Amino acid sequence: MYDIIAYEEASCIEEAIKLLVANPNATLISGGSDVLIKLHEGRMQDAHLISIHGIKELSGVSMLEDETIVIGSGTSFSKISKHPIVQQFIPVLGEAVDMIGGPQIRNIGTIGGNICNGVTSADSASTLFAFNARLEIQGPDGVRTVLIKEFYKGPGKVDLQHEEILTTIFITPDNYRGYGGHYIKYAMRNAMDIATLGCVALCKVKGINQIEDFRLALGVAAPIPMRCTETEQLIKGENFTEELIEKVGKTALKEVNPRTSWRASKDFRLQLVEELSKRAFRQAFKNAGGEQ
Amino acid sequence: MQLKKITFKINSKEITIEVDVRESLLDVLRNKLHMTGVKKGCSVGECGACTVLIDNVAFDTCIYLAVWADGKEIRTIEGEAKEGKLSKVQQSFLDEAAVQCGFCTPGFVMSTTEMLESGKVFSKEQIKKELSGHMCRCTGYHNIMLAAEKALQPAKEHGSECTGKCHK
Ligand SMILES: Cc1cc2nc3c(=O)[nH]c(=O)nc-3n(C[C@@H](O)[C@@H](O)[C@H](O)COP(=O)(O)OP(=O)(O)OC[C@H]3O[C@@H](n4cnc5c(N)ncnc54)[C@H](O)[C@@H]3O)c2cc1C
Ligand code: FES
Ligand code: FES
Repeated sequence: MYDIIAYEEASCIEEAIKLLVANPNATLISGGSDVLIKLHEGRMQDAHLISIHGIKELSGVSMLEDETIVIGSGTSFSKISKHPIVQQFIPVLGEAVDMIGGPQIRNIGTIGGNICNGVTSADSASTLFAFNARLEIQGPDGVRTVLIKEFYKGPGKVDLQHEEILTTIFITPDNYRGYGGHYIKYAMRNAMDIATLGCVALCKVKGINQIEDFRLALGVAAPIPMRCTETEQLIKGENFTEELIEKVGKTALKEVNPRTSWRASKDFRLQLVEELSKRAFRQAFKNAGGEQ
Repeated sequence: MQLKKITFKINSKEITIEVDVRESLLDVLRNKLHMTGVKKGCSVGECGACTVLIDNVAFDTCIYLAVWADGKEIRTIEGEAKEGKLSKVQQSFLDEAAVQCGFCTPGFVMSTTEMLESGKVFSKEQIKKELSGHMCRCTGYHNIMLAAEKALQPAKEHGSECTGKCHK
């Protein structure tokens, strides 16, 4: 049995916030694929859980009139990758979350939980960084929004107060329209493994081979997911050439700060940063309709 | 101790029971309902031995709170054989000798059943991906792949069942 001392189930967002306010030591549980593992391993004890599992208004993908894509924080990875809006407009996000764990994990794990735990290896995070995703957070005092790059404060730390809930992820059309993208997850196994490095490139092409916009985001290349903004600036406006690909890899190397862990050494991760940035760039360029 | 009364369907039968909020669905299925075909391998979502179908979707029950089962329809391996006849997927696992110790088998069968009922056609690579949440310590997966491929083979146009000869 899990080390749970109290369990409450919220039927809507407001109720969940009330329960959080009333219970300063409580923990939110959504899919539970992090919380229950922590409980099993004894990394969390005497848990007072407030469940937002199954709150309908938190789950689903839709589009606003202005074509902003709206993803509920409680949407499971499999619902995201199978959703027609994701497949048509932001396929790279669907591809990224389809590499998480295995099918059963993708059926239970949610995108909100994946970013709220503040882990650098979260497979959804780097792609959301590249899309400049905006997060809507609701608390007792109302609703606020924050850009994903400001949401991450440090390893395991995000801009979320105890009484607040991440409700929605927004991706505006100026951040996805016309972009081709590609996500590469490097892990020891093809499934059921956490990324040694995650790398996503988004590219917009002018004419046949001029880079109108370029975005490069990485996971596990630093304590939190990150964008390589210097690399992006250098590449923008240039024509796609083999030299430019080399430049992407070399410049990205200067921006990252990976560490050695039991999974891989710092040197190996640096090698991956260079190589995967190049590969992701090349493929994203192609996916954006670019021709060499 | 905090208890909660929940009602759900288990292999088509509706039941109402009291569960402890600390229990996983796996614990309830095995210890209270004696569905011991649902296996406890790792308890942390890594091995797939505890897989059942919840509203016809595969979930690891070890990391699923029992209270969440309220209102759901759950299928375990115990409900797959009908009137003494194995399901198509079970029969394929038998025919292809995809079972050694059998610990992983119920989980593999449930995931393959979800795939079969989706009506989709799966390539070999897609089958591997769909079954990647399961671990088998005995078979080396080769025969499991043959069994899944056999079960998922699209029905012949003229309606004749696969004889299994194609693998020989
Ligand atoms: C076997 C296994 C394999 C895995 N493989 C991968 C992988 O390959 N890649 C990967 O990225 N991840 C992987 N994961 C982790 C992944 O499943 C989780 O990060 C998942 O996304 C967390 O979502 P959840 O809803 O299950 O989280 P929960 O455990 O319910 O919550 C996680 C954290 O977020 C908080 N939280 C959840 N929702 C909200 C919300 N709406 N507002 C505020 N706080 C919230 C919770 O309080 C908790 O602290 C794996 C996990 C397992 C068990
Ligand atoms: S026992 Fe549930 S996945 Fe291993
Ligand atoms: S048959 Fe023994 S674990 Fe698979």
